[in-house]
Amino acid sequence: MRYSGFRVFTQGLSGNRGWRPAWRDPAPKPAYDIIIIGGGGHGLSTAYYLAKNHGLKNIAVLEKGYLGSGNIGRNTTIVRANYFLPGNSEFYSHSLKLWEGLESELNYNVMHSQRGLINLFHSDGQRDAFARRGNAMLAQGDDAILLDREGVRKHLPYLDFEQTRFPIYGGLYHPRGGSARHDAVAWGYARGADQRGVDLIQNCEVTGIDIENGRVTGVQTSRGPIRAKQVAMVAAGRSGQVAAMAGMRLPIESHILQAFVTEGLKPVIDHVVSFGMGHFYISQSDKGGLVFGGDLDFYASYAARGNLPMVEHVMEAGMTLMPMIGRAKVLRTWGGIMDMSPDGSPIIDKTDTEGLFVNCGWNYGGFKAVPASGWCLAHLMATGAPHPVAARFRLDRFRTGRGLMDEEGTGSQHNLH
Amino acid sequence: MRIPCPCCGLRDRREFTYYGASVFLDRPAPDAGLEAWDEYLHLRDNPAGVTRDLWYHDPCQSWLEVERNTVTHEVLSTRPVVEARA
Repeated sequence: MRYSGFRVFTQGLSGNRGWRPAWRDPAPKPAYDIIIIGGGGHGLSTAYYLAKNHGLKNIAVLEKGYLGSGNIGRNTTIVRANYFLPGNSEFYSHSLKLWEGLESELNYNVMHSQRGLINLFHSDGQRDAFARRGNAMLAQGDDAILLDREGVRKHLPYLDFEQTRFPIYGGLYHPRGGSARHDAVAWGYARGADQRGVDLIQNCEVTGIDIENGRVTGVQTSRGPIRAKQVAMVAAGRSGQVAAMAGMRLPIESHILQAFVTEGLKPVIDHVVSFGMGHFYISQSDKGGLVFGGDLDFYASYAARGNLPMVEHVMEAGMTLMPMIGRAKVLRTWGGIMDMSPDGSPIIDKTDTEGLFVNCGWNYGGFKAVPASGWCLAHLMATGAPHPVAARFRLDRFRTGRGLMDEEGTGSQHNLH
Repeated sequence: MRIPCPCCGLRDRREFTYYGASVFLDRPAPDAGLEAWDEYLHLRDNPAGVTRDLWYHDPCQSWLEVERNTVTHEVLSTRPVVEARA
């Protein structure tokens, strides 16, 4: 069923009785050509592009819960391409271009809103660093504008510019950055993949990965064994447990990142604003809630809920930056399980087991990567060669030390990226 | 979350700094090779359950090995790193 304004109109007139489920709920078949472990954003987009770009059929996505029940439904929905290092730069640039065509591609309203992203800076040194980053973004073909204090004031008049600890010197403005509706991205890819024949199998937990003579042959699941020629592990924060079934240890430590949303308010924050010095960033959802977050809780955790010290820190940072939000009531706080890599950059690669692929290490930047991550993993699985924009996301870069992409220069400690 | 410090008793998590998995106690020899250093610096068991990691208690300046559960945030035991190494 194709979605359109006309269909919404006619369905409205006929009591909305003509809508059908957006995807099937198939039982697993005994064998597939390709199995993707993980029905989140990255897994679903991989399945979609395997079918769409490479014409492959006979694909299953196995999800232990319901589709989109992990980080794709728990993030703060920011879409941007403001990376500095070669490797990341071209990948996120590609992803942003896919975002810009995503709604017509999927015939699904993902509510992508390019409202502009402003990263604030608070010292001369930080201004220089942001100028350099902006130049890298321009060199990549994306957009960046360095704003001085008055330039920022025109966009964000409500900030506290005179705060004594971190006075605002200016900001790096990325007009094509913005946000999107997180769940809709998962649902749009799921629907598109289903329409192209991909079996989306929910409540199907993978309990083992079968390997014979160095080659993957299938998986064991809570709904029985399934054979496959190729298997991709796309499990984000749970990557460690999935990889352990294949006898692998990954360079990943799982950490909690908290997020917050307030009650719905009238439109007040038009952009995405990040305040790096205070570890705070914020945007306003289309429903009116202020969606904001801060930094990791800093210790390994699978709890999917945070600890109070970071709640306090994020609130303090928000009040420092924009005292006007102080009377908004926080409705909910929650945590997502982040697959933190030692250099803060992701992994899309083959493994030592033939036919087994891994996609992980998205740190806290996985949402904006969803289109390109699926695009590139699908390319790798279908052609056997890495896609040019993801060629540096190698698993062995940690062992060899070649091609590390540490954007923040904080060294090989998982929780510091 | 509160962590029992062997010197100071049960203290608030804010007094502690997390360093990483206790694999950091097994530092390989400088010439141990790429695999050993990769294990040490990068690769992690990353368990959903009981784990051991290193925390620094700022007030008494002691390094601790903390055994805790990554799913429930329950702290099971702590001991000074000097004992963990022995």
